[in-house]
Amino acid sequence: MSSGFHIVVCGSLVPDPLQTLEPIQGPQGPALKNEAMLPVILDPWAGHALYEAAHLAKNNSGSKVWLVSLGPKAKLQQLMMTIAQKAPFELVVLDGPASGFVDAFEVAQALASAIEKIPGLDKTKLLLFGGCASASRDAGVTVQMVGERLGISNQFLAVDKLEVQGDGSLKILERIEGGQYQISRCAGAPAVFAWATGNLPEPPNNPQVGMMNMRTIMPALQKAQPVQISTNDISFSNVEVPKQLRKTRVVKDVPVDQIAREIVEWIKG
Amino acid sequence: METVLYLAHVQHDGTLPRVALETLTAAGEISKNLSTSFVIGLVGGDLKKAEAQVRGSGASKMFGVQGEEFSHSRYSSDILAVEALVRKANATVILVPATSRFARVLPGAAVRLNGRIDTHVSGIKVTGGKLEIQRWYYRQRLVSTFSRAVRPWFLLVDSGIFPTWEGKGASIPMEILKVDLSDSANKTEVLGFESPSSSTQTIRPDAKLLFVAGAGWTKKQGDGKTHPKEAEAIILGFLSKTQASLGSSKSLVDQSSEGEPVLGFMSHLNQVGQTGSTPRHPKGLSTCCHGEEPHVVGWRFINERRAVNLDPNCGWAQGKTDVLYVADAFQVMTKVNELLNS
Ligand SMILES: Cc1cc2nc3c(=O)[nH]c(=O)nc-3n(C[C@H](O)[C@H](O)[C@H](O)COP(=O)(O)OP(=O)(O)OC[C@H]3O[C@@H](n4cnc5c(N)ncnc54)[C@H](O)[C@@H]3O)c2cc1C
Repeated sequence: MSSGFHIVVCGSLVPDPLQTLEPIQGPQGPALKNEAMLPVILDPWAGHALYEAAHLAKNNSGSKVWLVSLGPKAKLQQLMMTIAQKAPFELVVLDGPASGFVDAFEVAQALASAIEKIPGLDKTKLLLFGGCASASRDAGVTVQMVGERLGISNQFLAVDKLEVQGDGSLKILERIEGGQYQISRCAGAPAVFAWATGNLPEPPNNPQVGMMNMRTIMPALQKAQPVQISTNDISFSNVEVPKQLRKTRVVKDVPVDQIAREIVEWIKG
Repeated sequence: METVLYLAHVQHDGTLPRVALETLTAAGEISKNLSTSFVIGLVGGDLKKAEAQVRGSGASKMFGVQGEEFSHSRYSSDILAVEALVRKANATVILVPATSRFARVLPGAAVRLNGRIDTHVSGIKVTGGKLEIQRWYYRQRLVSTFSRAVRPWFLLVDSGIFPTWEGKGASIPMEILKVDLSDSANKTEVLGFESPSSSTQTIRPDAKLLFVAGAGWTKKQGDGKTHPKEAEAIILGFLSKTQASLGSSKSLVDQSSEGEPVLGFMSHLNQVGQTGSTPRHPKGLSTCCHGEEPHVVGWRFINERRAVNLDPNCGWAQGKTDVLYVADAFQVMTKVNELLNS
């Protein structure tokens, strides 16, 4: 029914969650110790957005997907070795920090102006995708800010489902309080979707998709422009790893009845 | 001097949600510490009940944006309401309860008003006349305290930080602002609400106890077989007796897409952790869950923790819980249910 969507996914890299993070004071404010050396992954919720974008594009002919990433170019290049095999997209790179401590306002400004410059992007067909929050800043604000800068007033946060209806309208399920969904109908593009987990498993690696993507990924990385993101507005007085170790009492070789009684008393207490 | 605006929306029944009443307490305390007064801004279909709930808060003025168009949680209309209220109050600091509705719209409003926004605010203090906030980075791994120079500064305050405002004392008059919606604001229509696939309501943010089920519940047990039906019965029995909120590990909720045995009432909405939620409950009981770091970061705001796992060397044993019971959760929870019944 539709003549396709222009889906722009905003997503970058974050440290692998199994890494231990230690804060240090860098020249631009707080940073992570050995940040450049930490193994990275695609920010998980942005990843879900990318897979949902690829799926939507596949089912709506004439659609196209871009992935717009702000991060250190060399690290993005590493990340692309795996991500490029997951879904077809064209990469737009902004060479800059991917730290959690940079301000979302500035990041959104940089992303929006990069999106404005994408050749051939038709804003009337635009679906702006991203994660509902990052694993670094965990603010849940960037995608909406990019949307606002692009003048889009139909926005959805923590989306788990997006369905194109027979009449071309969009039906959206957003997570709200108490494990409920809000169901909305949006007349059509342009619109903004900050994704939660969605409904798709991580796609398997497909080397053919990887080869096809790499044709545009390498030039995009080469021509990536450095962007300045400042944190001047923020004065951090403290960043620390909280004390988190508890003195765990391990209860072993104790009859089930006794354990159950202890648990019930604790619950009721 | 700061001009503080407390901004809240009402729910469908016309009342303010709990987190909004907590943020109202914050507004009173912070304004006092900043030696300034604060203004209330309310949004919703009908603001009468909320007017009563905010009585005696010490606010100097109250403005409202009211009407059928504002009864729904929708970016296009909410942003106009928020913009009108912030401009009217001439606010420099805007305290907002972290609800899904305001989490959607406030970031855009901050851009529109050329301000800045911080979410998941877990602490606010005034030091030497300067406002400082606390929030977490890298999904509850690092905690930081900072201030900002740019105004207006929007702060989305998480629940569980401030006591609930009790609404006693004198009320002040509310001035209703007129906000016109253009046709384009109606491109989105809210159709209703839905529970995820299951018919059982298992997520209860206000519960005293979080009960987490891990993938062990659907794994092969000592007899070499899986027992998903038994697991379902035990877990649902426990939830109905305790009214606990049900959380899950990622592995358990991922199983449905991987074709493995599943617990029918579980969905990704139950998932706690790195790519799930970080709920706040006084107590948490983990069962059949290994307690790996990407899961346990979601337990940051669970005060008392206990875990039941067959493996004495599971993640919980590494200082992540107060008590680890090395035992079979099927047996333990069956007995717990019996005791709760008697
Ligand atoms: C990017 C990323 C994001 C992630 N995000 C999350 C997240 O948000 N949330 C999350 O949970 N995980 C997350 N993970 C995954 C996480 O690392 C673990 O893989 C996951 O938490 C394991 O789940 P589990 O403990 O239920 O399963 P398992 O590791 O399979 O553990 C099952 C446990 O059950 C126990 N068991 C089995 N039978 C019994 C019995 N009868 N009685 C008692 N105990 C029993 C076993 O001893 C075992 O410890 C993430 C990982 C990555 C890489």
